[in-house]
Amino acid sequence: MENFTPLSAFAGGLMIGAAAALLLWLNGKIAGVSGIRGRLLPPTKGDVDWRVLFLGGLVLGAALFRWLGPEGQGIAIDASLPIVVLGGLLVGIGTWLGSGCTSGHGVCGIGRLSPRSIAATAAFFGTAVLTVTFVRHVLGG
Amino acid sequence: MEKRFAALLAGVVFGFGLALSQMVNPAKVLAFLDITGNWDPSLAFVLFGAVLVSLISFRFILKLPRPVFEGTFALSSLRTIDRRLVLGAVLFGVGWGLVGFCPGPAIAALAYGAPKAVLFLVALVAGIAIARRLPAGKPSS
Repeated sequence: MENFTPLSAFAGGLMIGAAAALLLWLNGKIAGVSGIRGRLLPPTKGDVDWRVLFLGGLVLGAALFRWLGPEGQGIAIDASLPIVVLGGLLVGIGTWLGSGCTSGHGVCGIGRLSPRSIAATAAFFGTAVLTVTFVRHVLGG
Repeated sequence: MEKRFAALLAGVVFGFGLALSQMVNPAKVLAFLDITGNWDPSLAFVLFGAVLVSLISFRFILKLPRPVFEGTFALSSLRTIDRRLVLGAVLFGVGWGLVGFCPGPAIAALAYGAPKAVLFLVALVAGIAIARRLPAGKPSS
């Protein structure tokens, strides 16, 4: 529990919720990253700019935190290259079939109490926990 | 113009929140999903904070006649929890558990210049292309 950071996690969560509220209030759009990304290709006329700007904003916002926030807070991707590719493929296929990810179902869908989103969130959280448990404690144990 | 600025602003706030909360860090995400190991529950507070804001704000926003810069709210009208949804969520959960990236953080991680994040995103886009060609992958809503 030495890395327990509830306050920054909660504050970051509030910002994510506020961003979702902004996008819905101003543009009437659900801030679901997989949906915003997934419907970018093939492009639909008049529907490209806002998607690119939102996704670019994600990078910009993270860059802004790196600039303003505490030094030395990096990220670590421990998975091997083949696992990174496999994981990316599964996340791409899964979020397309399941019509959403952590943001679209987890934050926005639960925010409007959608039964589909609540079911999807339970399913992906459950399998993610099982996957980590299997990899770390069954294969790696 | 306003719509574009709103999308960029929402993206920046979202991305800052992902970085501040450390959702952007796969090692942190996997420690959160590893409930039977050396569990770091911090990221539960991200979902808690984000859903707190979306639950309250969406109630008010969706009572408005229309969003500020658009004619209508773009919301999914799907209601049924079908096989496609559950299968997609399960595959997404496995990919998330293997690497620790879901779509939003993987994009925000580009701000950290991690080559594995780029590789993950390339695989994610390939996964979407594969899913579109599956019989079950035809877009709905």
